[in-house]
Amino acid sequence: MKPDFREVGLKESEYRAIIKILGREPNTPELRILGVMWSEHCSYKSTRPLLAKFPNTGGAVVQGPGENAGIVDAGGGWGVAFKVESHNHPSAVAPFQGAATGVGGIIRDILAMGARPVATLDGLCLGDGNSAHTRSLAEGIVKGIAGYGNAVGVPTVGGKTIYDGCYNGNPLVNAMCVGIVPLDSVVSSKTAKPGQLAILVGSRTGRDGIAGAAFASSELTDDTRSSRPKIQIGDPFVEKLLIECCLDIHSRGLIVGMQDMGAAGITSSSSEIAAKSGTGIVIRSDLVPLREENMKPWEIALSESQERMLLIAEPENLPEIERTARKWELECAPIGEITDDGLFVIMDKDEMIVSLPAGMVGGSCPVLPWPSRKPAEKTIMQRTAAPSADQPGYILDQLLGMLGDPNLADKSEIYHQYDYMVQTNTVIPPGSGISVIRIRENGRLIGLTMEVDPWKCDIDPFTGAAETFLKALRPLWVSGAEHLAMTNCLNYPSPENPENFWVLSRSVEGFAAVARDLVCPVVSGNVSLYNESTGSRILPSPLVGVVGLYEKTENLLRESTLRDGDLIFLAGTSGATLNGSHLARRTGMEPISTPFDYLPEREVAFMRSALKTSRENLASSGRAIAGGGLLISMAKTCIASGRGIRLDIPVSAKLPELLFGEGGARALYSVPPSCENQFISAWSGIPVIRIGEAGGSELSMGTVMNIPLHHLEQIWRR
Amino acid sequence: MKTSVVVFPGSNCDLDVVHAVRATLQTEASLVWHEDSELPEGTELVVLPGGFSYGDYLRCGAMAAKSRIIGAVRKHAERGLPLLGICNGFQVLTETGLLPGALLANRSLSFICDYCHVRVERNDTPFTCMYGKGQVLRIPIAHYEGLYFLPAADLDALEREGRVVFRYCSPEGDVDERFSPNGSLNGIAGVTNTRGNVLGMMPHPERAGESLLGSSDGAVLWRSLHKWLEGSLGK
Repeated sequence: MKPDFREVGLKESEYRAIIKILGREPNTPELRILGVMWSEHCSYKSTRPLLAKFPNTGGAVVQGPGENAGIVDAGGGWGVAFKVESHNHPSAVAPFQGAATGVGGIIRDILAMGARPVATLDGLCLGDGNSAHTRSLAEGIVKGIAGYGNAVGVPTVGGKTIYDGCYNGNPLVNAMCVGIVPLDSVVSSKTAKPGQLAILVGSRTGRDGIAGAAFASSELTDDTRSSRPKIQIGDPFVEKLLIECCLDIHSRGLIVGMQDMGAAGITSSSSEIAAKSGTGIVIRSDLVPLREENMKPWEIALSESQERMLLIAEPENLPEIERTARKWELECAPIGEITDDGLFVIMDKDEMIVSLPAGMVGGSCPVLPWPSRKPAEKTIMQRTAAPSADQPGYILDQLLGMLGDPNLADKSEIYHQYDYMVQTNTVIPPGSGISVIRIRENGRLIGLTMEVDPWKCDIDPFTGAAETFLKALRPLWVSGAEHLAMTNCLNYPSPENPENFWVLSRSVEGFAAVARDLVCPVVSGNVSLYNESTGSRILPSPLVGVVGLYEKTENLLRESTLRDGDLIFLAGTSGATLNGSHLARRTGMEPISTPFDYLPEREVAFMRSALKTSRENLASSGRAIAGGGLLISMAKTCIASGRGIRLDIPVSAKLPELLFGEGGARALYSVPPSCENQFISAWSGIPVIRIGEAGGSELSMGTVMNIPLHHLEQIWRR
Repeated sequence: MKTSVVVFPGSNCDLDVVHAVRATLQTEASLVWHEDSELPEGTELVVLPGGFSYGDYLRCGAMAAKSRIIGAVRKHAERGLPLLGICNGFQVLTETGLLPGALLANRSLSFICDYCHVRVERNDTPFTCMYGKGQVLRIPIAHYEGLYFLPAADLDALEREGRVVFRYCSPEGDVDERFSPNGSLNGIAGVTNTRGNVLGMMPHPERAGESLLGSSDGAVLWRSLHKWLEGSLGK
C-alpha cells in the first residue's frame, strides 16, 4: 500500500510541490526516495539560505562547499581536504555503532576527494559528567571511535569533549577527517559524462540503516528501540581495504568520479553525481550485490550499508577496476550508467521502478522558511555568590574545583584509547589546545583545532559563535600557524521553534562575520537539527574545525615547554568576562544576555604579534587562554611542563575576572629574560603585562595561594 | 639492508616501517603482498608490521598466520636471517609458532596508545646490538591485546634461556608490575626465539624514529640490524 506523504517525512506543501514538478503523483518507491532526499539531513532545506552567508572563496581555498569535502592549498602541490560531520542521533540510540559509523562516514567523504585520510578529530558533547548514564554512553562512544579509527589506520589526533546536562538525552558526536591529496588529482563529482559506468565497490548491501537520514531529521522519541533498524553497522576492516583499493584505482587514473555512500546510500551518491554533472543516471537494482534476500528495489536504493563507494569510470577501465577490487577482497559491480536525459532512473531488470528528474532527487528541494523570533532578554539576575578575591582561600578553592571539573580535567582516559600516532606524523598529540601533524609529502606542518562553546552561544548567539570560532583560531596563531580555512557542524534543536531558528541564524552570522573579517573561509560542513528528546533539548552548539599551516617546522611554539627563569607574560588583557564562564556556572551565577566583545581589528593585531613571536623565537612556550581562564591555562602549563610559576599579581577586586574570566584574544607566554625587550616590542599596540616567573615546583601567588604541582596534577587527573 | 615488509589485508603500520627504514638508513624497503609465495630476491630482513590483519577477526594474527607468504617467511627465519614482528606482527609470530606464548587483552580491557619505557635486556641480538645493555628506551605502544602470556613452566624456561629482549620499566629502568602498561607477565615487551634471529615486540620502534614526533630511540634498532647484517654477511 502506498504510504501517506507524512509517513515518509514530507510536509503537505512539499508533497504538492512534488506533484507540480512531476505533473503526476509519485509512485510508492519514488515517494520513499523523495521523503529521504528531501529530509533535512540530505537537503539542508531549513538552512540553505543561512549557509549562503558563509564566505567560501579566497585565501588558500581550492575547493569550497558543494563537494564531499573542502580543500585548501598546503604548498608544494599538495592540498588538505577536510570536513566535519555529525552522527548525533545514531550515537544516542547505539553509542558504539553510532560513533563508529560516524568516523567511517567522514573518512569516506575525504576519500571521495581522492585524498588519503591522515587524521581525524572528534567533538563530543556529553551529558552531566558525573552521571552514570553519561559515563556508560561516553564509554560506548569512545570505544566506538577507537574500535573503528584504530583499525582503519587513521590516527585520532585531537578534538574536543564537553559535558553539560543539556546533552543528557542528546549526546553530540561530530567527527572531522583530514586528508592529503595532490592538487592535480582532486576528484570531482561534477564531471560524469553519458556512457560512463557507475560501479559500486565495497560491502554488500543489506537492510541496515534504511531511511537513516529521515531518522536524523526528527526529534528522538522515548521508544528509541524502534529506531534500531535505522542504525548502521560498521566494519573498519572493510573500510581499510576500501581506502587502499580506491586510492590504488584513482592513482592509476582509472576513474573520473567518486562518491561515498552515506545517508540515503545509492540514491544520494548516484543522483548527486547526475545532478551536479548535468546528466541523468540509471541504476539497475538487480545488479547490486546483496547480503539479504528479497530486498525491494527501493530498499536497495535507500540502504545505508556502510563501507561502499560509487565510482564513475569509462567502460574500458572496468576490467582493471574489478581486478583491483578482487586484490583487496572487495565486492565490485557495475550497477548503472550515466545517461543524457537528466533523469534519475531505477530499473529492476526490465521494470522501471523510479523515474524522477535527477535535480529533484540529488539537487535541491524547496527551502523551508521557518519563522524567526528573538527570544526575550534574559532577566539580569542579582549575582549569587559574587566572587570576592579577599575571602581567604576563594581563588584556590575555585582553581582546584575547576581543575577537577570534567570539562577542564585531564581527558587522557579518552584519548589514550585512540591510536593517535599511526602513520607517524603526529607532532602534537591530543591533550593540547591544538593538534599538529606533518605532511610528509611536502615537509610542512599543519595545525588542527576544534571548538564548541554552547554556553556562550546561549548567552548571545552572534558573539558567542564568533568567540567559539576565535577560540579555534587563537591557538593556531600562538603556536605559529596561519589559518587556512574552517569547517563547521551546526548542532541545534528543532528549527521549527521560532526562537531556536533565530538563535541558529544569529550564530551562523557570527561564524560568517569571523570568516569574512579574519579571511578564514568556510569550505565544508554539516547541519544537525532536531537535537531534542522528551524533556530536553541541546543548547546551541555550533562546532568549528580549523586547519592552519606553519611556514617552517622551527616556527612551532609549544604550549608546555616552560624553562626555569622564564618571565611569564599575559599578552592581551581585555575582553575577558565571567559571563558564561566555567566559574560562573560552578558558582551558580546567572548568565546575563550581554553580547561578548567581538573586535576583529583587535584579533588581527593579536594574530600578527603572535605570529611574530613564534617566527622570531621570542618565547619558550605560548598558550592561548581558553576554557576556565588564565589560572586554569597556567595550571595546565605547569603540570605539563613539570615546572612551577610564581605569580606576581596585585590583589584587587578585579582579580576573579582576570584569573577566571574567559573570552578575548589573550595568551600566556613564557619568555627567556634575554628576549624580554624584543617580546614586548613584538606586542606593541597590545597590552602585555609581566605577571610572574617560571621556576620551582609550586604554582604560587603571594599570600593568595601556594600549591605544589603534584597536588594540582592529582586533582586534574581526577 | 634489503628489507621486506609484509602487507596483510588490514595491516596499517606497513608504510610507517618503510618510512622509518628510509629515514634512518636512507634505503628503500619493499612491500610484499600476503598472497605472494616468495620474498623478493636477496631479502635480509623481514618485518611483519602492526595493524589489524584481517580485522583481528577470529583472533589477532590467526588468519595472517595461515596466509601464503608465511611459508617463505618461515624459510627466511630457518636460514637464520632476522625476522621482526611488531605489535600485530608479534601476534602473527606467536600464532605461527615461530615464537612462544600468546598476546591477551590488556589488563585494563581498553586499547592503550601511549609512550612507555622499555629496558634493553640483551644487546647481543641482531636487533639490539647498538643499544647498551640495560638502556631505557622511550617508545610508543598502541594495542588492545598486548599482555604477553605463557604457562609458568614455559615462562621459566624463557627467562632461563634469556630470551626476553625488552621489558617494560620505569623511566629509571626499574621493572615492576606498576610499570607494565598492559599487565604482561614479568613485564615482557619483546622476546626472541632460541636462535635469537626472530623478535616479536609490542612497542613500535617505527614510531620512535624522529625527535620531532617525540622520540628517536627506535631508530637504533634499524641501525643495529644494518650493522649486524653487514657483519654477519661479511659485506
